[in-house]
Amino acid sequence: MSEISRADVEHLAKLAHISMTEAELEKMAGELAVIVDSVRSVSEAVSGEVPATSHPLPLTNVFREDEVGHVFTAEQSLLNAPDAEAGRFKVPAILDEE
Amino acid sequence: MTQTLTDAEPLSYEEALEHFDPVLGFEVHVELNTKTKMFSSAPNAFGDEPNTNVNEVCLGLPGTLPVVNGKAVEYAVMLGLALNCQIAERCRFARKQYFYPDTPKNWQTSQYDEPIAFDGYLDIELDDGEVFRVEIERAHMEEDAGKLTHAGTSGRIQGADYSLVDYNRSGIPLVEIVTKPIVGAGARAPELARAYVSAVRDIVKGLGISDAKMERGNVRCDANVSMMPKGTTTFGTRSETKNVNSLRAVEHAVSYEMRRHAGILASGGTIVQETRHWQEGSRTTSSGRPKSDADDYRYFPEPDLVPIVTTAAWVEELRAQLPEPPAERRRRLLAAWGFSEQEFRDVVAAGLLDEIEETVASGVAPSVARKWWMGEISRLANARDLEPAALGVQPAMIAELNALIEQGRINDKIARQVLEHVLAGEGDPEEIVSARGLEVVSDDDGALTAAVEKAMAENPDVVEKIAGGKLKAIGALIGPVMKETRGQADAGAVRKIVLEKLGMEG
Repeated sequence: MSEISRADVEHLAKLAHISMTEAELEKMAGELAVIVDSVRSVSEAVSGEVPATSHPLPLTNVFREDEVGHVFTAEQSLLNAPDAEAGRFKVPAILDEE
Repeated sequence: MTQTLTDAEPLSYEEALEHFDPVLGFEVHVELNTKTKMFSSAPNAFGDEPNTNVNEVCLGLPGTLPVVNGKAVEYAVMLGLALNCQIAERCRFARKQYFYPDTPKNWQTSQYDEPIAFDGYLDIELDDGEVFRVEIERAHMEEDAGKLTHAGTSGRIQGADYSLVDYNRSGIPLVEIVTKPIVGAGARAPELARAYVSAVRDIVKGLGISDAKMERGNVRCDANVSMMPKGTTTFGTRSETKNVNSLRAVEHAVSYEMRRHAGILASGGTIVQETRHWQEGSRTTSSGRPKSDADDYRYFPEPDLVPIVTTAAWVEELRAQLPEPPAERRRRLLAAWGFSEQEFRDVVAAGLLDEIEETVASGVAPSVARKWWMGEISRLANARDLEPAALGVQPAMIAELNALIEQGRINDKIARQVLEHVLAGEGDPEEIVSARGLEVVSDDDGALTAAVEKAMAENPDVVEKIAGGKLKAIGALIGPVMKETRGQADAGAVRKIVLEKLGMEG
């Protein structure tokens, strides 16, 4: 059984901005451990020389020409904004770097 | 409970270097000047109304998909080559995940374990000609974030009531250049820092892949500094001073951080690993954000973008197109133009190498080209609070003006007037000279001779001196002749007529 601790889940939940109850943290730690073990059993089935796959499609170099396409007006850009001021999205001040 | 000392009076620069050796590291972000953004077709432009250079991709709206700008990849490879890097045969993008309102999709698309360029170096020339090699760890592609404005009484994040976000900058292509730790610069570390950032700026400008204006944030530097006791080789804890956006500030920030670290270490204290903010007014840094849990970015390969594969043929094709490296070009031009070291340094500092080179290529002597650009054009630019290169004077115009002077059709003074008319949009020099009747008075119709005769008649004492052999006295007749001809007389022609009238040899 993998070691996914309650503290691991709590840390991840904090990074992902997901609020979880004590009971959910316990439950999720167990469930994630099962998932990690299941994935591990897949990797046991392949030999060491097979590189990890990040992209299942046999495609590379899908590029776009450097040509300007459509843009939104400021009004359109702000349609989903919970709040706006002076053509800009208005957000709570978050203490971080400037 | 004993408290760890994390703050102390900075040492003097000399004291700091007596006991410690600096270790530097730089992350320089370069904004590419493609027409469109890294992953969307929205325009990459500066100075427009907020949130008008954006589309659904830049705003990170659900269900939207990025597509890579092929031109940006080409530029990144060119930059990698100019930094003497290896170019990855295969690389991919990754998500760097964090919550901050400058990034609407809650991750920045970047490169992590597979940068497009790696293992390079730059030979940096210091002011006295000493060359210092800076090793490049990697150069990777990523996207810029939006711009935050903090609203509130202070205008700074501390004490702000809320922030306003403009996503026009969101998604502009960036290449981040990361150095390996730079050891051994000693007392010259701040100077090397400035010279390194300056060299990177010159390279991207020379490649034509960035507007390279530091004041606009096209080239931004994060400076890492740590100090280790002399004679040791284990690096100390570093601080990272973010977004130091002028060459002078890079030099000062590194110098200040060296002194600050030394002060804390010499007092037995501990350096906190944190970001620092450069304060231009006091020429110091202030504490930013300590390294924390939030720096766990959980990178993973970007599933929405397929890998990039470079072929040797393509890379070599791009390598063949690279311009001459800036340092080599400067050496070549200095030798070709015959300027003094000081004259040449002034030209470089004024940012006028390109202009003078083009002017010389149009057939103007190097010293004459320098006089125009460093003299009259710089003066006019200064009066308008512009960089000389931004004034809008074309090298071809200077060549045309100079030809008019050499043909004796206008004099220096008139040429300067013509330049002002050129800037006022009245056309090219030839058109202005004929439209405004500025051509020097030729003597085809005897007008010049008449003016000279008048001046001689009105100044008999001067004429007597000239006749007595004091040829310098001719100067006293030039003024009245100029007045008579509204400044359009050629001084050489006046002299010739005077001497003829007196039956003398020139």
